[in-house]
Amino acid sequence: MNRIDNIASPRIHAPAGGQRRARAGSGANTHPSPAPSLRAAGRGRRLFRDRVAAFKPLLFALCLLPLAALAWDIWHEALGPDPVAQLEHRSGDWALRLLLATLAITPLRRLTGWNKAIRFRRMLGLFAFFYVTVHLTIYLVVDLGGFWSQLLTEIAKRPYITVGFTAWLLLIPLALTSTNAMMRRLGRHWQRLHKLVYLIAVLAVLHFLWLVKADHREPAIYLGVLIVLFLLRLPKFAAKRARTLATAAPAQNT
Amino acid sequence: MHRSFRHNAIASTITPEPVYQRRREVLQLLGLGALGLATGCRSETSSGMPTATEEIPGKNLTIAHRLDTSGGESRTSYKDATHYNNYYEFGTGKGDPAAHSGGFHAQPWSVEIAGHAEVTGRFTLEDILKPHALEERIYRMRCVEAWSMVIPWVGIPLGDLLKRFKPTAQAKYVAFTTVNRPAEMPGLSYPVLDWPYREGLRIDEAMHPLTILATGMYGHELPNQNGAPLRLVVPWKYGYKGIKAIVKIEFTESQPKTTWNQAGPEEYGFYSNVNPEVDHPRWSQKTERRIAGDGFSLLGNRIATKPFNGYAEQVASLYTGMDLRKYF
Repeated sequence: MNRIDNIASPRIHAPAGGQRRARAGSGANTHPSPAPSLRAAGRGRRLFRDRVAAFKPLLFALCLLPLAALAWDIWHEALGPDPVAQLEHRSGDWALRLLLATLAITPLRRLTGWNKAIRFRRMLGLFAFFYVTVHLTIYLVVDLGGFWSQLLTEIAKRPYITVGFTAWLLLIPLALTSTNAMMRRLGRHWQRLHKLVYLIAVLAVLHFLWLVKADHREPAIYLGVLIVLFLLRLPKFAAKRARTLATAAPAQNT
Repeated sequence: MHRSFRHNAIASTITPEPVYQRRREVLQLLGLGALGLATGCRSETSSGMPTATEEIPGKNLTIAHRLDTSGGESRTSYKDATHYNNYYEFGTGKGDPAAHSGGFHAQPWSVEIAGHAEVTGRFTLEDILKPHALEERIYRMRCVEAWSMVIPWVGIPLGDLLKRFKPTAQAKYVAFTTVNRPAEMPGLSYPVLDWPYREGLRIDEAMHPLTILATGMYGHELPNQNGAPLRLVVPWKYGYKGIKAIVKIEFTESQPKTTWNQAGPEEYGFYSNVNPEVDHPRWSQKTERRIAGDGFSLLGNRIATKPFNGYAEQVASLYTGMDLRKYF
């Protein structure tokens, strides 16, 4: 079937669906393992595979660190004179960083041949969504306070809020369809839907660029990273890398 | 009993220029005599003294008069008012001015007076301040970024100072310039704005009794990061009108070019009066986040913004007949 082919092939987006199954299969091997090499894995290979899987909880904990730091600073009243602005800026920064990290996975795989990086992509993406939601919640509940009626006019009238809010809205379907079950159900539509992430990333960077009054150096860094991540996806780079990947991958698997 | 310097000034030393005549009438109409009374006849030390926990650096200032316009709203702590502000000459972060202004030399200082006035030239800060009694003014400070503070400034009414230079009838505006010292102001190395920083007021705004040149805050001399040794405070305008470290005051006939207005004419008008009805493209100006009080609070900081930052009664008449959407 198409999706199984996808998963088995070394192409970029596909193996995401296979990750969890591969890990689940490491216990009782009830699911057909997508990668033949995994199925044939000996003890040493399983150890290696488990080490990658073991990194996932670590990454999970790492992704929670910014939230923990915020909580710590709230508890210790260490957020400076304008704590609300601090909370907004820091949650927003991390949302954007994680979003760009999510987008960096594919080029990273192509450049390094480290295919297993794909296994971290969903978690990064979901954490990006998580931090955007925290960011929006802080704005809504903590910052706007009793002035909620202001929200609708803000969304409509402030370009930076319009794009930021749109980015959050667009992330919702991506988060909802991030499960293996949804990937299977959507089949090839899944990839098409998840291409929205490129638009979301553009909106997120615009959100930052447009809210800054005059000193655009910091948002420009994020814009620069985004541009690089886009350039690495140009057919010229992507094709060449995919080719080297295609030749490198089997060798790696033997 | 102390007599208000302002009363003396109005009674005896004003050049009888039509513009001042008009201003005097306006003030009388406005009942600003009452305001003068409130400020004039009390001689007590600063109520803007720090709370017990706060230690304030800098020389303690002797204050002759006091005016509290805060209406009982709680004051911003000294620490917050001096560690969270915009002063791009020291960097664009809110903490940059406090962090990077240590190498700035606010003494010795002189100010050049230029333009349409009978008396012009360069004057030392001591000469500038000598004839004036320091007053404390507790004002709301509203940033265009929709946050605000309540700050006890110490300074002199700008109008009282300007009159000493006998501006002529051609003096329709007053232009201010900030010092330009790249060696002491690290933010100047990046052209985030067109340096040096410039601001301006219409002459009647400059002469308004609420407009002051501050030399101190919280009963002490200004720290570098808040504009030492001399800065403007115009409480009914957005904070960026309050130009810091002033080295030049010029009387002009045409409206002076101002830094933020040049950086974004659609966003920052020349007048920049606090107006909840006219939004900044990036921010609603209907509400503001108040940074005040000694405690830490995440909730309930947002309050409604008042026209002219709550000083409409005193200043709205300066703009009678003007379309404030056009002249924002």
